[in-house]
Amino acid sequence: MQVLPPLKRDSYPQILHSWTDMYKSPDFNQLSTKVKSATVADVEHALTSDRLSLADLAALLSPAADPYLQQMATRSSEITLARFGKTTQLYAPVYLSNYCTNICAYCGFSADNHIKRKCLTLDEAEREALILHERGFQHILLVSGEAESALDVTYMEAIAKRLRNKFAAVSIEIQPMSREHYHRLFLAGITAVAVYQETYNRALYKEVHLSGKKRDYDYRLETPARAAQAGMREIGIGALLGLGDWRTEGLALGNHLQWLRKTFWSTAFTVSFPRMRPATGSFEPLVNVSERNLSQLIFALRLFDHDVGLIVSTREEARYRDGMLGLGPTRYSAGSCTAPGGYGDSDADAEQFSVGDHRSLDDVCSIIRAKGFDPVCKDWDSEFQSSQVTD
Amino acid sequence: MLTIAKTEFKSRLFLGTGKFSSSSVMAKAITASHCQMVTVALRRVNLDNPDDDIMKALSVREYTFLPNTSGARNAQEAIRLAHLARAASGSSWLKLEVTPDPRTLLPDPVETLLATEKLVKDGFIVLPYMNADPILALKLQDAGAAAVMPLGSPIGTNQGVLSDSMVEIIIEQARVPVVVDAGIGAPSHAAYAMEMGADAVLVNTAIAVAGDPVAMAEAFAKAVEAGRTAFTSGLGQRRKHASPSSPEEGQLSSDLAFLD
Repeated sequence: MQVLPPLKRDSYPQILHSWTDMYKSPDFNQLSTKVKSATVADVEHALTSDRLSLADLAALLSPAADPYLQQMATRSSEITLARFGKTTQLYAPVYLSNYCTNICAYCGFSADNHIKRKCLTLDEAEREALILHERGFQHILLVSGEAESALDVTYMEAIAKRLRNKFAAVSIEIQPMSREHYHRLFLAGITAVAVYQETYNRALYKEVHLSGKKRDYDYRLETPARAAQAGMREIGIGALLGLGDWRTEGLALGNHLQWLRKTFWSTAFTVSFPRMRPATGSFEPLVNVSERNLSQLIFALRLFDHDVGLIVSTREEARYRDGMLGLGPTRYSAGSCTAPGGYGDSDADAEQFSVGDHRSLDDVCSIIRAKGFDPVCKDWDSEFQSSQVTD
Repeated sequence: MLTIAKTEFKSRLFLGTGKFSSSSVMAKAITASHCQMVTVALRRVNLDNPDDDIMKALSVREYTFLPNTSGARNAQEAIRLAHLARAASGSSWLKLEVTPDPRTLLPDPVETLLATEKLVKDGFIVLPYMNADPILALKLQDAGAAAVMPLGSPIGTNQGVLSDSMVEIIIEQARVPVVVDAGIGAPSHAAYAMEMGADAVLVNTAIAVAGDPVAMAEAFAKAVEAGRTAFTSGLGQRRKHASPSSPEEGQLSSDLAFLD
């Protein structure tokens, strides 16, 4: 479905004329069987194909593909280079609030965790963003826990309008919203929405999302589609690595991505790979996902979808991120702090997760350059973003 | 099984009914091809007259008739022809053709999109004939087209699928069946389109003007089946470089030496 850039608020209903059947995620156990039953021959077929099917993706994610990691890396690197060139995009998150009404077993912001709660005022939030601006960032991701009472669409609209002239791109990773609210945020200057399903395993989803709005698996699953329909230029999806079987999550992600791509063909997509790290609440990952596993997942998705943006955050260590440059990922966060107000106040605590790569933007840029790549901070235009709004 | 607008087709070969030396040759060729969908030009056939040569030769029960708007030069003319066709045949199936240039008979993308939008709203099952333009294919399916019919090469030229790199993208992106139409001059062309993953092909000239149209129809039927089977069984890809047939177990080259 083509999503036309809306010009006026009034034009909104017309954009919705061809809303199609919503995405249904396939049964996780069936996907798991597909992954487990792949053979070496299936892997070799996938490695020599230019256009990969979901069966090919299953093969590349399977245990049978484990010994082929180097071949996958080579192919992934070729494709990434051809499609994205010798560049790596950079962004930084701004944590706006750690209030959350959900109880999620794995998350540091979970409502039942006794942490110091804070929601930045608009002035504080702007100050945090401006610190990043001074450090050289042109793309920021506004992040928050999921609590509408602390941070609603009006707040987000207000902060977007303050920031849109200063940044080339402002993305959000906050609670799922309605199409109407996403559309308001798009008009206010937000260009991208990230929302992760955490796990595509419906039963496990219920087990780890204990209370709150987030317990509704389907509402969350439909969120990327709502955001795309509202006109967002880019949608990010992902699974939290450490909950369900990562191989099956990868296949579910590919399936979701393929549907999104076919339905919203004028929207760009990214996949993130948040690998669980220690957080307050001492939740032990349910499954161990090694760096080799993570790499296999990244390479498999790159071979499956040549155009998708692949994001590796500062959850991963500097050594890993440096090593992966050019092999598949296209975007890194850098110099991140995951506690609200953390850039201005280095003593701010109550972070969502602890960071694995503590280097500054400058240091990360130096490494990227040393590898022969161009660190790209600006990938859109603030003038364009603020001039399209007509209200 | 191919499904278009909830109708199932065993055969993935569609036939055009023009240019045959006689209606009886046409009928025999169509039988030999095992096709289940035939397109007929409203300008040539009296859809509501059972004594019409072509209508007499083909049983309405055995085939899905796909009336086409051949001769329409713009959306407005195509829409009028479509309504006449439906009134005469009672069927909502429609192959939409808008070809303002009578020399090349190339489809007009702008008028085709406009006509598709309108005809879908009017309840037609629209299969638009189009140039092999991937963005147009996406817009047509968003407008509600039941299938898209990109051309392989200019109609009647027998040049084969010259538009293959664009057709490949159309196939990859489509949510509706892709029928390669026009320019398919030999069974190998049809097989090639099917190997690429086309859902069906439409052939007319190559069969109608063959020395033995009935035998040629049979050859096309076999080619379409072979191509489809090749596609579903997973073709090996042509590669520029040799690739090792067995991986080096567990050995990571320096690329991945950083992994812990």
